[in-house]
Amino acid sequence: MSERLLAVEDLQAWYGDAKVLHGLSFTLAAGEILALIGANGAGKSTLLCSICGQLSNKTGTIAFKGHPIHRLAAHEIVMRGIAMVPEGRRLFPSLTVEENLLLGGNANRKGPWSLASVYGLFPVLREKRQAPSTSLSGGQQQMVAIGRALMANPDLLLLDELSLGLAPIIIKDIYALLPRITGNGLSAILVEQDVARALAVAQRFVCLQEGHISLDGAPGAFSRDQISAAYFGM
Amino acid sequence: MIWVNSVVQGILVGGLYALFAAGLSLIFGVMRLVNIAHGDMIVGAAYLAWTIVHVTGLNPLASLVVVVPLAMVFGYGLQAGILNRTLGKDILPPLLVTFGLSVIIQNGLLALYTADNRKLDAGTLETASYPVMPGVDIGYLPMLQLLTAVAVIAGLQYIFYHSQLGRAFRATSDDAETAALMGLDRRRVFASAMALCLGVVAIAGVFLGVRASFDPAIGPGRLIFGFEAVIIGGLGNLWGTLAGGIILGVAQGIGAQLNPGAQVLAGHLTFLLVLALRPTGLFPRMSG
Amino acid sequence: MSTPVITRSTRASRMAAAVAAFAAVVLIAAPWWGSSASLRLIGEMMIYIALGSLWNLLAGYAGLVSVGQQAYVGLGVYITVMVSVLLGVHPFFAIPLAGGLAALISIPVAMLAFRLQGAYFAIGTWVVAEVFRLIAAQLGSSVGLGGGSGISIPTAMMQMIAPGKFWRDASIYWLLLLLGLGALALVYGLLRSRVGLALTAIRDSEVASASLGVDIRRIKYAVYVAAAGMTGIAGALIALQKIRVSPDAAFSVNDWTAIVIFIVVIGGIGTIEGPVIGTMIYFLLREYLADLGSTYLMILGALAIAVMLVAPQGVWGFVKQRFGLSLFPTGYRVSSLDPSADTGEDVSALPPAATTRSY
Repeated sequence: MSERLLAVEDLQAWYGDAKVLHGLSFTLAAGEILALIGANGAGKSTLLCSICGQLSNKTGTIAFKGHPIHRLAAHEIVMRGIAMVPEGRRLFPSLTVEENLLLGGNANRKGPWSLASVYGLFPVLREKRQAPSTSLSGGQQQMVAIGRALMANPDLLLLDELSLGLAPIIIKDIYALLPRITGNGLSAILVEQDVARALAVAQRFVCLQEGHISLDGAPGAFSRDQISAAYFGM
Repeated sequence: MIWVNSVVQGILVGGLYALFAAGLSLIFGVMRLVNIAHGDMIVGAAYLAWTIVHVTGLNPLASLVVVVPLAMVFGYGLQAGILNRTLGKDILPPLLVTFGLSVIIQNGLLALYTADNRKLDAGTLETASYPVMPGVDIGYLPMLQLLTAVAVIAGLQYIFYHSQLGRAFRATSDDAETAALMGLDRRRVFASAMALCLGVVAIAGVFLGVRASFDPAIGPGRLIFGFEAVIIGGLGNLWGTLAGGIILGVAQGIGAQLNPGAQVLAGHLTFLLVLALRPTGLFPRMSG
Repeated sequence: MSTPVITRSTRASRMAAAVAAFAAVVLIAAPWWGSSASLRLIGEMMIYIALGSLWNLLAGYAGLVSVGQQAYVGLGVYITVMVSVLLGVHPFFAIPLAGGLAALISIPVAMLAFRLQGAYFAIGTWVVAEVFRLIAAQLGSSVGLGGGSGISIPTAMMQMIAPGKFWRDASIYWLLLLLGLGALALVYGLLRSRVGLALTAIRDSEVASASLGVDIRRIKYAVYVAAAGMTGIAGALIALQKIRVSPDAAFSVNDWTAIVIFIVVIGGIGTIEGPVIGTMIYFLLREYLADLGSTYLMILGALAIAVMLVAPQGVWGFVKQRFGLSLFPTGYRVSSLDPSADTGEDVSALPPAATTRSY
């Protein structure tokens, strides 16, 4: 029996005065990759931000490895083992590639990921290590963002819109590396616009529709029509 | 020769102005905060040193061993306790709170020490000098002052660009929200920056007190000198701040030669000139 | 089917207007019921109401936090001294001259200072004030204006103002009254006008107002210059009140900026009533605490810090938020469809910190 790594119960969240999440409940087992799909504005990023602690205007419970984390601040949550690759990368312009990665390791957690292993995963970054991070191409920046999150040696990796603004071939390359990233038993929640790609790599998926969970289960268990219906809320 | 001496002395005092300015530059770079009480804290450090010297009989420069750590603890507490609560999009709260602090510190010092002039006595170091050429003497103390400024700025540069703390500073300054995802608590990062700033302030205060007599009211003047050095040198560049301090010192020296009462005015006018001709400063690295 | 009624006044403001009219009559009659000392006190309060209202206009509405308004106070002071000592002309000529020259000089100052942002702008204005002070001290001695130690307006000049001490004191007092009430009227009128609407928009969001076509730069220049001019007039009147002037006093950052800032912050920044409330609080505190000397100033500083941290909208801002009161309403209120249901609430002019919901 896989232990429940993450348990979300009745999560409601607000951005300012607007309610975005209307009571979400789902679980994630250790070693699972969960695809989070849904239309724009469905609440996918809001959900990730709620889990990693960047959104505090919320009610409900979020438990990680059995302990409640919904009242913790973002800088405390990463210490517990959840790392986020934010939407749009959000690299630090004042830091070089290597400094961005080193900063990712600020949490000082033990694990397989280090500067060496990250460079092993993304060799092009080793060449560009002293370059200002924002001088890299979109795909390379995405690699830095992923590497930076991995440096925290998380147990749960949150990936928010990996393919945003990237050319298809770059997206393909990055997704090809996903098994090596999650190979050590790292769990992940993957927010992705490209539904087919997301469902191809995930063991489970959750479909959000206007802040509600419209479908939840294994990709193979549903037909395309059923998933479309859940996506568009028909 | 008089003019050469003026320039040389101006360069040397520029080191002191750079010390005034370095902390300002650091804090603005990390958290976009301008501490109106900065000059008063420099004076406060001078008074602290004076008290320690009075009680222990230590040489003022040796008292740094006590003054610097105390100042750093004060800085950490100040930021964590009060100034962190003022940070946000609005520029008014930090400005007005530090303005209030300025008034409190000035009057607190006045109440504790009276308005009498005080001075830190560094002994023979004060009068020793090296005659470089006829009419131009380089005092050991001013030279030490300049070298200390260079060392402090080099140290700050090293911390900023080659240490984990510096990475934390730069990342938090870039994007505090994302920095939190790396485990950086912005409140702690800012408090550490302020602690570092107050360490520099302590050094500046001791050198101020050794160089000339001081009283509780001279704080704002030191803030202005530091501010002018930062703007002349260019925002976001610590070595630029050193250059700015030196330029200010030289301008003041030349002004004093022209008319003894015009020393400070010459500095102000130079600052306004730079503002008019090169508003971003001489060696800028970031925008205001 | 009734249409909504748009009004610009509240019940509270109409009441306050009546009270204010009564107060104005009392104040104008003060030379007859008050002593020389009370005239001076009320006059001093008027100076701070004026300076406070102007600083509030700059910082609370136009986003220009100036720590250098003392430059124009001192300018006004010294223009008055020059007019009476060097020109031997009736001192009252100095008043419009001070206003005009201060406004004129503020233009190049603004061109320089506006190159700086935020807190750096603040210190920049301070430097300019210091330059004025130093020049006054330097030139002062060379043109016979007393230099660093200062100079007095000659008695002969003061006697030109009016025959006899009573009318002299009264004239200066009435001018100060005009200054204080005039500054309030100016600020109120400005904020009720289209410029005021633009200013409030700028205060709430520069980006948004710029995108709507508000010429932010022009408006900020205009506000800065207007404030400088009026501050210059205040300086002229200060000189007439104090008679003896010196560069340090005329350009004092403590007297003409620090206290003004405290008054506005504690009273309520971004509100018209704030500077008035703040002035009253300041003078009350001064009455009872001035004996404490430097401790009194420390209390003032601590109070400003506490207000900024706990209630940044100040005393009046708090009252306005809590009770919806507005004595100087500048906004537009939609009364309910039933014109007779006047709730007396003016929500459209709330300080930005108070609103999370925008109307």
